[in-house]
Amino acid sequence: MRFATRLVPPLLVVAAVMFAAAPFVIDTAPYESSMGLIQRIFYFHVPVGIVMLVSGLVCGVASAVYLFRRSPVADYLAVAAAELSVVFGLIVLATGPLWARKAWGVWWDWDARLTSTVVMWMVFAAYLLLRRFGGPGSEVLSAAVGLFGMVLSPFVYWSVNFWRTLHPKTSVLPTLPSPMLGPMLFCLAAFFVLYVALLFLRARLASAQAALEQAYLSVED
Amino acid sequence: MVRKIRTWLAVSMLVVLSCAAVGAQQKPTPNEFTPMSAEEQASEVLPATPFVFTAYAIVWLVLIGYVFVLWRRVSKVERELLDVNARLTGPGSRP
Amino acid sequence: MKDVLRAAWLIAQKDLRVEARSRELIYTTIFFAMACVLIFAFAFVRDGRPIEHAPAGILWVAIVFSGTLALARAFERERQSETLRALLLAPSERAAVYLGKLFAVLILLAAVEALLVPIVGLLFQAPLLRAPWLLAGLLASGTIGFAAVGTLFAAMLVRAQSRDVLLPVVLYPLTVPVIIGGLQGTAFIFAAEPNFDMARLWLSMLVFFDAVFVTLALWTFAPVMTE
Repeated sequence: MRFATRLVPPLLVVAAVMFAAAPFVIDTAPYESSMGLIQRIFYFHVPVGIVMLVSGLVCGVASAVYLFRRSPVADYLAVAAAELSVVFGLIVLATGPLWARKAWGVWWDWDARLTSTVVMWMVFAAYLLLRRFGGPGSEVLSAAVGLFGMVLSPFVYWSVNFWRTLHPKTSVLPTLPSPMLGPMLFCLAAFFVLYVALLFLRARLASAQAALEQAYLSVED
Repeated sequence: MVRKIRTWLAVSMLVVLSCAAVGAQQKPTPNEFTPMSAEEQASEVLPATPFVFTAYAIVWLVLIGYVFVLWRRVSKVERELLDVNARLTGPGSRP
Repeated sequence: MKDVLRAAWLIAQKDLRVEARSRELIYTTIFFAMACVLIFAFAFVRDGRPIEHAPAGILWVAIVFSGTLALARAFERERQSETLRALLLAPSERAAVYLGKLFAVLILLAAVEALLVPIVGLLFQAPLLRAPWLLAGLLASGTIGFAAVGTLFAAMLVRAQSRDVLLPVVLYPLTVPVIIGGLQGTAFIFAAEPNFDMARLWLSMLVFFDAVFVTLALWTFAPVMTE
């Protein structure tokens, strides 16, 4: 844990530099023919979405480890990843409709990806609510939620996608032209660096809170 | 107390009734459709810049805000932890 | 394996016997489902006719809402008599406790749905007899999936604070696949131009979901309930 803590400030600095450079890197990409300027949102919206999914995965794995091994570090990572999923999810769900409003004319249209993102966001919000309001012993309960969330996310996406198959929207990423791919990957890297830094920082907070609780209990003794 | 309530009720009823009266006098909606001119049509198309700007602003503000809040929380808890630990080791150990 | 099932059936019998004496859950759940249906009638009936796909939606929402209540109440009963710890201390596998509670909840919900489905069909002119076995299959697999996840989380939350509101908050997002499956399958049967192939497809997906959910819940029940 201490090693991870030492990594946080340099990671944050790297992330800050990358984010400062991002507008210039994005500027090198050409405009998309049908959407024009509004497609620029893509360079932040998609990486944030990918990071949110990865964070959900991290939470699920950490939850499983905590559930079956009761490792405290796994618990800290799980709560950190859940909180970051919610924060990044908020960003995705806020920037998505802004893009949709200009590109499709509506703020929201129950698109498969948007809808399953909302559902997964709610799962991790439920994790945090359970943690906060569930009372003592809620670490184990929320770990079950995290594990279920991770395992069920492909099913959620699958069922929502099938529900909406009448209006399929194909995935753009694999066929992305290379002038656009470069900035996309740059932004993705920047968000990943930031995510790792925040994950460790938040896990450090969880660890410190647990130590504090323990210390208070010792004082009472 | 009761008189105050009655006065407020009377005033709000007056306001509601006058709004209704004004509303009833609005111009009725036209029954036929008239086409828009070219200039009006151009202004109907949503400009992209405010959306892009808002989107990027959201990303920046949320992330910077979160880092800030998180850093403050960590410092606070770790400071408290040091205090409590000092209290534990300070007065000496108890039997 | 046979022992686990036998123990589970014993536990289920216990629950059903308690329920048969008081009939509290079945009455309150049915009337709650009816109250839901009433509110939805005001929302989704226009000029005396239900709007498209309303009957399927109303049916499933009523099942989900009343199912949540039934789950919460079933475990509340355990909490009040503090019998859950006794159950967990019993010399049977944790899986048996989970399966027993699941059986009991499923039988309760089956009884509720047996009354609810004809009522919804009557009130909203839904063609229940168009494909009765397919409809029954969809209802069964949907309910099993929902109850499988619900039983796990209701048991988990028995000792937590704010459990009344946390159960739906946790349960609904996780059971979205099952709810979509049941709803869509039912809607395809009730539609003006029914599509039984799509309904059957959703049914097979539901069966697959159920297998995964029950397995995962069984796997997670033991470590979660250890204290």
